[in-house]
Amino acid sequence: MTLPGGTSRVSVSTAGPGDRGRRKRPSGVQRAAAERARTTLGRRRAMNVLMVGVTFGAAIVATLPLVFILAHLVREGASSIDLAFFTELPKPAGEEGGGMANAMVGTLVLILAASAFGLPIGIGAGMYLAENKGTILANVVRFLSDVLNGLPSIVMGIFAWQFLVRPMGKFTALAGGIALGAMMIPLVTRTTEEMIRIVPVSLREAALALGYSRWRTSLVVVLRTALPGIVTGALVAVSRIAGETAPLLFTVLGNQFWSTSLTEPVAALPLQIFTFAISPYDAQHALAWAGALVLIGIVLVISLAARFATRSRFGRGGD
Amino acid sequence: MATDTEWTRVPRPVASAGRGDAATTARVRLETHALSAFFGSAEVVRGVSIAFRDREVTAIIGPSGCGKSTLLRCLNRMHETVPTARVGGTVSLDAQDIYARGVNPIEVRRHIGMVFQRPTPFPTMSIRDNVAAGLRILGSDRPSKAETDHIVEDALRRAALWDEVAGRLKESAVGISGGQQQRLCIARALATRPAVLLLDEPTASLDPISTQKVEELVYELRRDMTVVIVTHNMQQAARVSDRTAFMLAGELIEIAPTNSLFTTPGDQRTEAYITGRFG
Repeated sequence: MTLPGGTSRVSVSTAGPGDRGRRKRPSGVQRAAAERARTTLGRRRAMNVLMVGVTFGAAIVATLPLVFILAHLVREGASSIDLAFFTELPKPAGEEGGGMANAMVGTLVLILAASAFGLPIGIGAGMYLAENKGTILANVVRFLSDVLNGLPSIVMGIFAWQFLVRPMGKFTALAGGIALGAMMIPLVTRTTEEMIRIVPVSLREAALALGYSRWRTSLVVVLRTALPGIVTGALVAVSRIAGETAPLLFTVLGNQFWSTSLTEPVAALPLQIFTFAISPYDAQHALAWAGALVLIGIVLVISLAARFATRSRFGRGGD
Repeated sequence: MATDTEWTRVPRPVASAGRGDAATTARVRLETHALSAFFGSAEVVRGVSIAFRDREVTAIIGPSGCGKSTLLRCLNRMHETVPTARVGGTVSLDAQDIYARGVNPIEVRRHIGMVFQRPTPFPTMSIRDNVAAGLRILGSDRPSKAETDHIVEDALRRAALWDEVAGRLKESAVGISGGQQQRLCIARALATRPAVLLLDEPTASLDPISTQKVEELVYELRRDMTVVIVTHNMQQAARVSDRTAFMLAGELIEIAPTNSLFTTPGDQRTEAYITGRFG
């Protein structure tokens, strides 16, 4: 870096091609500039190390909560997870043993109901936003969808109670599914829109030039190309609502027994965890921890499925 | 849309026209009259009247932004797919106005194929399905699976790609090289047996070897169809075309047999461009 005569690379570059071979001694101004460049360089290097360190630390801290939660759940809950936990109904308070089989089934029923309601609407709305991005309606829908995304889930629960549970006269799995589905809609809408928008215009044009109609181009070419991303978005939305508790308190109520009927109250993992966690019995506390561990496990499986879905059917290089 | 015209007939695999047919007098297949194209209020093609003959390759050359690609996109009604785009004047295929009321642009595009600057294989489809993509939408006239296989092989052979991909028709279309992808796109356009093939700078993103293959292919295609190729490469125009049109600032300056346009241009501006004084 430092050349004979104490000049830096900066001052050499000011020398024209003519003075090659007999380099002039650097002037005072040049020496001062070189000195300044050296100290600036030192400061920039230190700043670089500092910033890399800070972001590295932030990255570690960001993953710590999950590590702690998982570790704690395994310590508290793993011992309660046995075959009975997956196959039996919860035992009455005070009795040992029992499981959360009905709550797991109930959660799956709720996820299916929510997906059946939320996915078609979310994907359809996302397609509309992507295909008509400049229109007033699209801008309004996009804004409202962002607002809905930030809506506290308990508000969603109260609304579902007011407009679904009260008119029907009872708590039902259907009301819970719709409340959860409504929470999925904005997430699915926005990811669908984003995924469709990153499909190159050239692909759309190629389909149109082949004689594809507009709707067929959207469906067969654009949607198909964006599908892995949309599936990922849908699974992320599912894993987000899988653990929601507040909307369920007002809609599905919970159930001590087996039920898969959409028109009856149904058990759900988050509700069962809540019920057991606030009970005074240690055995139920342990089951609550185990339930939380299973819930996280379900979310983890869905996330892995999302990862898997983004892989192309042609394998590597086919995306 | 009337169904009895020549170009609305459903494509079927037929034996390629022999060399002997090329000797017949070239008649005009595609023709524009006072064609203008706009983006909003900007007129990018100004009153162009030009004829493209059967079994000839017509090259359109001109500096960047002269409207040659837009002119090409007016020929199969792709221009109007862009918001605010507008077209004036007429374009006729076999003496039928493709911009007439009641003509479906989708029908037009099935008979006037197009290949773009960058290869655009459908990434979710296999090589075979890419070539067959234009056939899948023919509704009740859709060929059977066996017929489709035949058409796919025929199209890939005509695009000089069959030998390279025959063993992996079921593999992803984006797993092959860029030059192969572009020939795949040409095969895809050929599979529906269009009357006219439009090529919008088809070699702009290709390496020299792939470019040569595509050029040889274009040269062969004239045997049984009308080809219009937009290029910014004058040597390419000289190599592959029978006629060359020179455009400048949205206007057609002149069109002449390629040989005479490059040796004795009729317009000073053409001469200035081909001798490299601007553009």
